[in-house]
Amino acid sequence: MKKSAGMHPAPLAAGRKPLTRDNRSQVWRKIKKSKYLYLIFLLPFVYYCVFQYAPMYGILIAFKDYNIVKGVFNSPWIGFKHFSKFLSDPYFWKLARNTLLLNLYNLFWGFPVPIILALALNEVRSMKFKKVVQTVSYLPHFISTVVICGMITNFLSSTGLINQIVQFFGGKPVQFLLMPQYFRTIYIASGIWQGAGWGSIVYLAALTNVDQEILEAAMIDGANRWQRIRNVTLPCIAPTITIMLIMQMGRLLSLGYEKILLLYNGSTYETADVISTFVYRRGVLGGDFSYGTAVGLFQSVIGLILLTVANKAAGKLSETTLW
Amino acid sequence: MPAETSSKGKYGLVCPLKRARGIKMSSVKFKHRSVGSRCFDIVLYILLGLVVLVTFYPMYYVFIVSISSANHISRGEVTLLPMGINFDAYKIVFKNSRIWVAYGNTILYTVVGTFINVMMTALCAYPFSRPDFYGRKFFTLFVTLTMFIGGGMIPLYLVVSKLHLMNTIWAIVLPGAVSTYNMIVMRTSFQGLPASLTESAYIDGANDIHILFRIVLPLSKAILATMTLFYAVGHWNSYLSAILYLDDQKKYPVQVILRDIVIAGEFMENGGDVSSSATVIATNYKYAVIIVSVLPILMVYPFIQKYFTKGVMVGSIKG
Repeated sequence: MKKSAGMHPAPLAAGRKPLTRDNRSQVWRKIKKSKYLYLIFLLPFVYYCVFQYAPMYGILIAFKDYNIVKGVFNSPWIGFKHFSKFLSDPYFWKLARNTLLLNLYNLFWGFPVPIILALALNEVRSMKFKKVVQTVSYLPHFISTVVICGMITNFLSSTGLINQIVQFFGGKPVQFLLMPQYFRTIYIASGIWQGAGWGSIVYLAALTNVDQEILEAAMIDGANRWQRIRNVTLPCIAPTITIMLIMQMGRLLSLGYEKILLLYNGSTYETADVISTFVYRRGVLGGDFSYGTAVGLFQSVIGLILLTVANKAAGKLSETTLW
Repeated sequence: MPAETSSKGKYGLVCPLKRARGIKMSSVKFKHRSVGSRCFDIVLYILLGLVVLVTFYPMYYVFIVSISSANHISRGEVTLLPMGINFDAYKIVFKNSRIWVAYGNTILYTVVGTFINVMMTALCAYPFSRPDFYGRKFFTLFVTLTMFIGGGMIPLYLVVSKLHLMNTIWAIVLPGAVSTYNMIVMRTSFQGLPASLTESAYIDGANDIHILFRIVLPLSKAILATMTLFYAVGHWNSYLSAILYLDDQKKYPVQVILRDIVIAGEFMENGGDVSSSATVIATNYKYAVIIVSVLPILMVYPFIQKYFTKGVMVGSIKG
């Protein structure tokens, strides 16, 4: 956000002349002056090259017929063959639909919850109670996906907690995890359960910056608490909400497939199989590297377009953008 | 922490007003508002009480089932309190050598991985915090670009395998060595240190390496602790890199074993023909395994809590 955006130019150290001309020897002198900084930066630089940029180069295999022996460079080009192959595959469109729907529903249901929670916490006067709610609601964030999924599978099993409740009310036990129509609900609800408390921290931090004088003025003008929240507090944290929304949009297509891998099974592929899990099965397990990369690339390009569009739209609407 | 700052900000400013309201106590309008406000409070507290209940109960339930007797569990009697308390499930867990080996692996990955993470993040953050780092703009772009674009699962997998890191600890700890997001948070924290400190060190003839290790890092213990805890929790909970890069069962971390016991066991129960008593012991046992794997997290949780917002600062990407 804007506050921390500008790096305050620290005064030049004693004995360092301000550089006015940009000729070659001065550039060289600047580089020499930073030599220890370059030395420090060397390892991280190597890391970024090897584990971030080298894989980007590896994307080339999406357009090649990749062969492990020949390597990325020497494998033969085949152009967009993989792309046209999966674009004409009806199963790919099912994957695309699942990915999109799961993420959209997730955004729709999951995004407002932390905001509501933060607004509610902000209204609590008892600090002790507030502390308890925060402590408890942040905790699931630190529990691993495997444990969460373990809890889900056991709670939802035929003899599990949820089915005990169902039976208590006279229903018949349901095999939730084997029925595709329940998958999205399970995925999204457990995501909210795990992430809502943690997600609220960002908004709570923003709420501390709300100008108290405006709130007091509204109070004196006779606005009740609900009106104050709606007309003062909420507009004050709108920039934060916008930023978070853009970031969520950017991640729209790459949301946690780890959880899906743990929760889905053959009988729920209908709604649960998404692009990432398909890439994992086909590419990593099946060894079809080129095809998997092509499908993955398609997803990230769409994701990047979504991020750019969301950022542009946010800039038009509220002048708050990510970059 | 948001809670504390907000309480200070709130009461520091609101208190005088409350006194002012006290003077106007007689006005009818105020009393009306106070009734509405009380209703608001009731709804608020019920709502947040529900949040606490819904969040806390599943975790509590796992715990009470893990120490209840099989008979009570099968009859569905364990709801609020553990019934027929016993620790048989834990005894089985502790006898399982597979879990112990995995536990050792996870500790190793967590310690080595976190050390590399914190070191690399600091090394990366320091140059970016220096205004005289020549080419900083270019390198900032170089680094932040990776937050938005990346090679994806398979190209990274191929890089790891080309470097012969497969089935070694390095495949677990190296690919995520620097989290760009954490790096930016750390850089912002370094920038908050008084510039006079580094300047006087320069005059005394210290170079940047000295300054980083002798001045900047010792003064940044809070942010280093935050990063250590976040990275450590990440490693402890990490599952995906293990199933992507490890084949050797003996190298599996605890999360993979957990999946085999808790989740894969469950699918077996659905498909296979397991006698009911065996299933119940399994339920008991599964929950005990969960508790054992979560215990370290629960133990560090009170310490992490101190450092929350520092790690959750948004933005500051524009720098």
